[in-house]
Amino acid sequence: MSSHSAVSSPEITLAPKHDNSGVKRIWQVFTLLSVVTIVELVMGYAMTKQAGWVEKSSALGMFFVGAICILSVAKAYYIVGVFMHLGGELKNFRLTIVTTLALFIWFIAAFLMDGNSWKNLKNTNAGSREAPKTEQIIPAAVDKNAKP
Amino acid sequence: MSATTIPSNTKWWNGGRSPFNISYGKVMMWYFLMSDAFTFGAFIISYATLRFSMNSWVDANQVFNAFPGLHGADLPLAFVSLMTFILIFSSVTMVLAVHEGHNMNRKGVEKYMLWTILGGAAFLGCQAWEWTHLLTGEHFILSKEGVLSALNTTPSHNPWGIDHVDKSAVIGALPKASPELLTAMIHEHNHAFNAQGVGTAQLVEEATKLVNAGTVHVGSQGPPAFGSYFFGITGFHGFHVFSGVVINIIMYLKTKLGHFDQRGHYEMIEKAGLYWHFVDLVWVFVFLCFYLV
Repeated sequence: MSSHSAVSSPEITLAPKHDNSGVKRIWQVFTLLSVVTIVELVMGYAMTKQAGWVEKSSALGMFFVGAICILSVAKAYYIVGVFMHLGGELKNFRLTIVTTLALFIWFIAAFLMDGNSWKNLKNTNAGSREAPKTEQIIPAAVDKNAKP
Repeated sequence: MSATTIPSNTKWWNGGRSPFNISYGKVMMWYFLMSDAFTFGAFIISYATLRFSMNSWVDANQVFNAFPGLHGADLPLAFVSLMTFILIFSSVTMVLAVHEGHNMNRKGVEKYMLWTILGGAAFLGCQAWEWTHLLTGEHFILSKEGVLSALNTTPSHNPWGIDHVDKSAVIGALPKASPELLTAMIHEHNHAFNAQGVGTAQLVEEATKLVNAGTVHVGSQGPPAFGSYFFGITGFHGFHVFSGVVINIIMYLKTKLGHFDQRGHYEMIEKAGLYWHFVDLVWVFVFLCFYLV
């Protein structure tokens, strides 16, 4: 804890803890983010046409795509938790953010499934209705021979 | 947070003080950023939904394979990696500035704010280069109707469909192409070619030779939504970076003028920092959706 008064606002009743282990933690997280990014890049590069090591649609390719997504969420966790210091806030405050962001689980799942379904409907005739028969569209009242 | 640090008689929800033990300004910055996350989320999810609904999409590694100063290089992911590391690094200098602010070290805050501003400016420079490269780079395209054209990447044009269309289809379309387009095709690989006074028939003949030899690549049009999503989302992110740089410059000037020393705390640096880290956070997902996968 630093010696000066760290109260930065009259609304705050508790002085936040400061010590020099913070700088070490910052560089640890920087190293972690860099390593994760490099791992992502290696997997991403493996799937490029230029490298041609892994086919994106293969099982390993699918695993790579999933792993890259999970690693991105891990990066987000460390940026928000350590750099933005959300991990050090009161639990109630953390919950107001995290529970709201949980909406993204539905948001992503629902829309991606919708996109996928849209593709399937376009590729097959699964969603189409049978075209109405010609006779049904011509109005019965139109009769060329009828005289007014 | 252990409950023991809070006096047991504290009535957190009675008003007058923050039940979350952080200032009103910081709480509101968090909630603004949360709403901004949903704005970005909606854009990116809209892009992903459309992409999921298509049988084929643009191969990002064909589009983003250039590097400044290396003309004609085929380096997928290289430039965007540089941009990513610039942004991660500027996030680190920002959090170091916040740390120096906690220690009331004005010189330290000034130093790290300058590094952060520099990082932001470098990122914007990279983005400007990338956009210019896409907007000005023309690619030969054969449309479904058999019309040849040279297309750049814009919000409504996308030359990133099939890499190489059938040679015979291209040769069939050459006689209908304008002399300007034929000249551009020939010039791309033969700069010494003088089109002055050369008849269309000879231009067609020359272009046919290049197409047959495989030196002129003609592709097809890709989904036009690619450009609108790419420029829309990276532009919205770039606008956030730009406003973040402006906020950081203001914070730097206020630090230099001693405003925070007079106030007795550097909380404004923390709030600017929250915004700046958010910009880095969004880039993680833009990077994921547009470049990596």
